[in-house]
This record gives sequence, structure tokens and C-alpha cells, in this order.
Amino acid sequence: MTDSAEAPLAPGAWQSATVIDVRPETANAKTLRLRLPRPSQHLAGQHYLVRLTAPDGYSASRSYSVASAPDGTDAIELTVERLEDGEVSSFLDDELAPGDELEVRGPIGGWFVWRGDAPAVLVGGGSGVVPLMAMLRLARRTGRSDLVRMVVSARSPDQLYYAHEIPGPETAVVYTREIPPSWPRPPGRLELKDLPHPLDPHATAYVCGSSGFAEAAAALLQEAGMAVEQIRIERFGPTR
Amino acid sequence: MAFTRGFKGRGGGPRDPRLPPGQYDVGAEWPILSAEVTPSLPLASWTFSVDGLVERPVTWTWDEMQALPGSTYDGDIHCVTSWSKLGTAFSGVSVDPLLAAAGPLPSASYVMAWSHTGYSTNLPLEDVADGKSWIAWEHEGQPLTAEHGGPARLLVPHLYFWKSAKWIARLELMDHDEPGFWEQNGYHDHGDPWLEQRFQGD
Repeated sequence: MTDSAEAPLAPGAWQSATVIDVRPETANAKTLRLRLPRPSQHLAGQHYLVRLTAPDGYSASRSYSVASAPDGTDAIELTVERLEDGEVSSFLDDELAPGDELEVRGPIGGWFVWRGDAPAVLVGGGSGVVPLMAMLRLARRTGRSDLVRMVVSARSPDQLYYAHEIPGPETAVVYTREIPPSWPRPPGRLELKDLPHPLDPHATAYVCGSSGFAEAAAALLQEAGMAVEQIRIERFGPTR
Repeated sequence: MAFTRGFKGRGGGPRDPRLPPGQYDVGAEWPILSAEVTPSLPLASWTFSVDGLVERPVTWTWDEMQALPGSTYDGDIHCVTSWSKLGTAFSGVSVDPLLAAAGPLPSASYVMAWSHTGYSTNLPLEDVADGKSWIAWEHEGQPLTAEHGGPARLLVPHLYFWKSAKWIARLELMDHDEPGFWEQNGYHDHGDPWLEQRFQGD
């Protein structure tokens, strides 16, 4: 991506997207591939709003991070974790099918974004890997994997999103509960030694996950020498 | 309005009239959203100030704030990410006596609320005056936790909740509007949930 591609900050109007693919990431998360009326202007890390409307006029909207890298096309991918009692996520994961129309609005967010031209440390927990995946994909697509170091925490191998795509020299995976056969690291929470080292003193850290994960990861990054001003956080609260 | 094939909604009776458009009731939960590292702010060195276009800038210590007449808000809060928390109580002090102590100059018409983290958010002065905002340090009778902005946050419940700056440090009175942190990042300068002023251009 060139640095002249300044995304508009105002997300504009609702638009009708077409679902072109739905595929499972894990037993409780799916990736939706959507075609927009126009090429997406998103930056890695931004999100879209998705709005569902029932025949009686009832509507519900939620935000979902874009998992796909900015690539100038009219297709984007959102990964949706199915939440217990989540009226939007359960519909998206259980009912939505290719060919369906979906109202979306975005891209949104000007803070938790990586423009592909500066060192970045990506630390994601669970579904928090989604916006970071857009950053990793952007780095790889533009041949700038050297700028990125990523650590992803997942409960178990079957809970890791993008499991076949994440592995690489710039990434590490930490399992907290269960590990694959012959995995060198015992299961356990993210620790200081799991962070990339040495940490680039000029890097920006992007931390995404539950609030508890985000606090813990931010504390580790500071322990590793990062200043609070270098750490950007996006939390996935229990919003449904 | 475009219907979504197969979406039936909750089908559970009439919508709560306290919910602004596009919002849902989060129930007993209170999601935590913030863009930065949660700061640790010792009460002994905590301060709050009103400055900018005032007759006399005033700074209060924690103990001085606690000594002011208390004030409680019991009502609803609305987050731009679409959850609302209904019927919830905050206690602290009304912003009105704090403004009065500093004496806004006639030219003061906007406020920048600054957090101890450097976070900022802009508001019209009239939206923080006349009983519409608080410096809050208790939620449901308990000290406000650091994750929710403790020891004290601004509370402006009639606007989207990003205006209720966590870890509030100061109110700077200005004679013009200027975008704060989220406002520079695409969010609305005013943020009225009943008008769905979520993003720039809404």
C-alpha cells in the first residue's frame, strides 16, 4: 500500500453488500466474504458495521473487524465469532448464505490501524486476531513481513483462526489450554518470553482481545520495554 | 428499509422506549472499551482542573473533590458501539459547581475534556452545564474501577459514552470547537444518541 492512500474517516452511508462466501474458521466462528458496491477503502485494523433488519422493522447492528488486507478490490472478509445469546452473530454464523444481501457501513476507526509502512508488534487473543490478520496479510502481500512480529494466543489448536495461514517466520502461536502433539511450549497464558525479542524500540504495538487479555498483554509489553504511548488497544468486550 | 432474509429479530414484545435508535440493552453487563493502556492513578497525586477561558483556573485534589456536595445520576448510558445500559447509577459531583468556581469567560462556548492518559473529547459547554454532566467516582455504590475510568471519569450520559472521558484530568474551556481523540478518528463532534450522531457526517 502506498502512504498516499488516505482512507476517508467518515464511513458514509449504509450500503448493500452481497455475501459471496461463508466458511468456518473454528466450530464457533465463520469468515464472511462480502462484495461491496464499490472497492473497499479500508485500512488494516478497521471495522465495518453490519445491520440486520427483520420484517417488522426491528434492526440490530454490530461491528466486525475486517480480516482481509486492503487490496483495492470490492471484496472484504469479516470473521464473526458466534456469541452465546448473540442476536447478530448467531444469525450471521447460522443463517447467512452466499447470495444473501447484507447492509454494511464502514470502514470505521482511525486509531487501531496499521498503514503498512512502520514496525508493528501484533498481539492477539482469541477472536482478537481478526484485525491483526488484516495487518499480517497486508505485510505479506506487500513484501514487508520484516516490519511485523505477531503473537497469537488461542485456547487450543481447534480454536485458532486462520490456522493454516498464520505460521511463518514473523509469527508465533501460544496455546493456553491444549497444545498440538509435540508442541514445544507447554500450555499456559502469554508470558514475557513469548513476546518477540528483541522488540523494536520504535514499533507500535497493536493489542486486541478480551479486556483481561488486553490488560495482561499491555503489561507484558511494558515489562519488555515499550512505552504506554506505543501501545494501541482494541478490546472485545462482552458485546453481543 | 432493506430486510435481511431470514432475520426475525428478537420477537420479544415492544422495544424499550429508553433505547435510542440502533441501540440494544446490554442488561447487567458493562463492556469495557478503551484505546489505551489502563493507567494506575494514585489518589494522593490525583488532581482535576478547570482551565482555559475562565476567570481563574482551579485545581482540586481528591480530598477536595470528595468534600464538595455530592450528586447522583440514575439513568441510562449509551455506547456508540450500540449497547446501552439502562437504569444505572453513578455518584460524584455535578460539573456545575466546578465550572462556577472557575468562572467561565463569556467567550467560552466549548470544552475539551482531557484524561490523565492524554485522551481527549470535545463538547459544547452547554452540554456539560446545567445539571447535564458529572465527575463520577462511584458506580452502583462502589468505587469506579480503573478499567471503567476510575478513580474518576467525566459522565455526560445524554451523549454517546466516548464523551464521558475516563480518567478525567481537566476541562479546558475554549471559544471554538476542536475535534478530540475519537472525533479526529471519524466519530461525531456532538454524539447525540437520539439523533444517531455516531460518525462524522451523521
